[in-house]
Amino acid sequence: MNHEHPAHFPLTVHDLTVAYQRKPVIWDVELNIPEGKLVGIVGPNGAGKSTLIKACLDLIPRTSGWARIYGKPYRENRHLVGYVPQRESVDWDFPVSVLDVAAMGTYRRLGWFKRIGKTERMLAMECLEKVGIGHLAGRQISQLSGGQQQRVFLARALAQEAKVYFMDEPFAAVDAATEQAIVALLKELRDLGRTCLVVHHDLATVSSYFDWVIMLNMRVVASGPTAEVFTEENLRKTYGGRLELLDHAAHALRGPATP
Amino acid sequence: MNWTFTDTWIVITGMLCAVACALPGCFLVLRRMSMMGDAISHAVLPGLAIAFMITGARESVPMFLGAVATGVFTALFTQWIHRFANVDQGAAMGVVFTTLFAIGLLLIVAAADHVDLDPGCVLYGAIETSAPVVPGEFPRAAAVLGAVVVLNLLVIALFYKELRLSSFDPALADTLGFRPGLMHYLLMTLVAITTVAAFESVGSIIVIAMLIVPAATAQLLTKRLLPMLFTASITGALAALLGHVGAITVPMWLGFQGSSTSGMMAAACGLLFALAWLFAPGEGLVTRWRKSANQAPTPPELRKDPGIPGESLH
Repeated sequence: MNHEHPAHFPLTVHDLTVAYQRKPVIWDVELNIPEGKLVGIVGPNGAGKSTLIKACLDLIPRTSGWARIYGKPYRENRHLVGYVPQRESVDWDFPVSVLDVAAMGTYRRLGWFKRIGKTERMLAMECLEKVGIGHLAGRQISQLSGGQQQRVFLARALAQEAKVYFMDEPFAAVDAATEQAIVALLKELRDLGRTCLVVHHDLATVSSYFDWVIMLNMRVVASGPTAEVFTEENLRKTYGGRLELLDHAAHALRGPATP
Repeated sequence: MNWTFTDTWIVITGMLCAVACALPGCFLVLRRMSMMGDAISHAVLPGLAIAFMITGARESVPMFLGAVATGVFTALFTQWIHRFANVDQGAAMGVVFTTLFAIGLLLIVAAADHVDLDPGCVLYGAIETSAPVVPGEFPRAAAVLGAVVVLNLLVIALFYKELRLSSFDPALADTLGFRPGLMHYLLMTLVAITTVAAFESVGSIIVIAMLIVPAATAQLLTKRLLPMLFTASITGALAALLGHVGAITVPMWLGFQGSSTSGMMAAACGLLFALAWLFAPGEGLVTRWRKSANQAPTPPELRKDPGIPGESLH
């Protein structure tokens, strides 16, 4: 393999292009994400943030290029990956309990045909308690608030016991308490040496939440340690001339430094 | 009311048909693809016709296989048109099944001399004539539908975890390596087999009611998948019984002779759905109204946030 893409990196992407109806959505993406980082993926709407994640996980076809998880194609290393889709991507009226959903994280280890048993249920319960909703385990998922739904998804990802997590907008429309709980959890995962890639929208919190940032607008504008690449110039390149956003960005740069 | 063993067999056949339909029907409803049952039940017609033309005989096995194959093709073509022509899934389904149905009709007209196909039979089925007249005889329709019930139970039991995961969150199923596409076509094959088997006894239109209405009723009454499958089966079976009793008694009250059992079965399904909609514990219309009347200030319900657009067809 190309020496520029070391195999011990949780995610390496080379020359990745994805097109819908022959219109490119992401273009020539080149990434090396080191282990144990909390990585924010930022960019304007339509920049291809979700597309990037989905292409890395083989959920959508790639037009060219490749993505590797710890040096191997996704299908060979899927046991190392946890995925948190966008909350709106599923039907929250589905007749399953909170515990059932969390236990879905254990399915890959179980494999085909096998039923979940006591071990899986206990692990799911542990993960629900870690995200602070152990008391809701028996509820149907339709009885949850938005923040609680997001916590169930996180518990499910934790039950996957992965080394690298891909999270698609976990902070979208959640309450402040949930946001803080998720951030604490992400930092805990990082301290355990896990890598988390998180699609994020709120530029004001980028510096305090993430230690690595990917700035995306069809192409990768910048990827590196937040302190180095999250600059006004790069924000301008990423978001173009959208003034209100740039004001927002300027505010973000003046905001609290990394704690 | 003059109840004979023939009536008993009609009810048994109807119940088997209802249970066979309700099981895959639950998954169709949960995947928001209820109309797929409609599409498949229409699209099996050219399969029947082509199988007849190739074999030249109305033998059951080739006809059955031909019909099931076109049923699965309907799902396949719908997916292709949806993906490659960038057409909405519902529209793609409409294109595919009307075209296949029309081809089926053409083929049957072309072979009109050889086929005795009664349009009434296609619509309403022949459940009344499927029952034996002589005691001790085991009717073929009941045997076929019984086998389909067993098949559906087996497949759902075997793939319960995989079907539930890929119905709830196909993206996660895909990343975990559970092949949601494969699960989709497995379910479509079950629907096609069930539809073809039920076609004979209840007819193509009523199959749709049997696939969807008991499942929709069960969804109102239950909060877990297993009870939902169970409740849907019971609801369907109950509708079959009520339907036949209704078919015997209701026309007499109204003063005319004869009626269609399968039609009444669909009507009974609708009635049971209406009852569930009104009186379901917790969610029913009347239940909620009585609750709010009893305790003046209703506690704010812990429902999901408004403004979640979750209406995709997957």
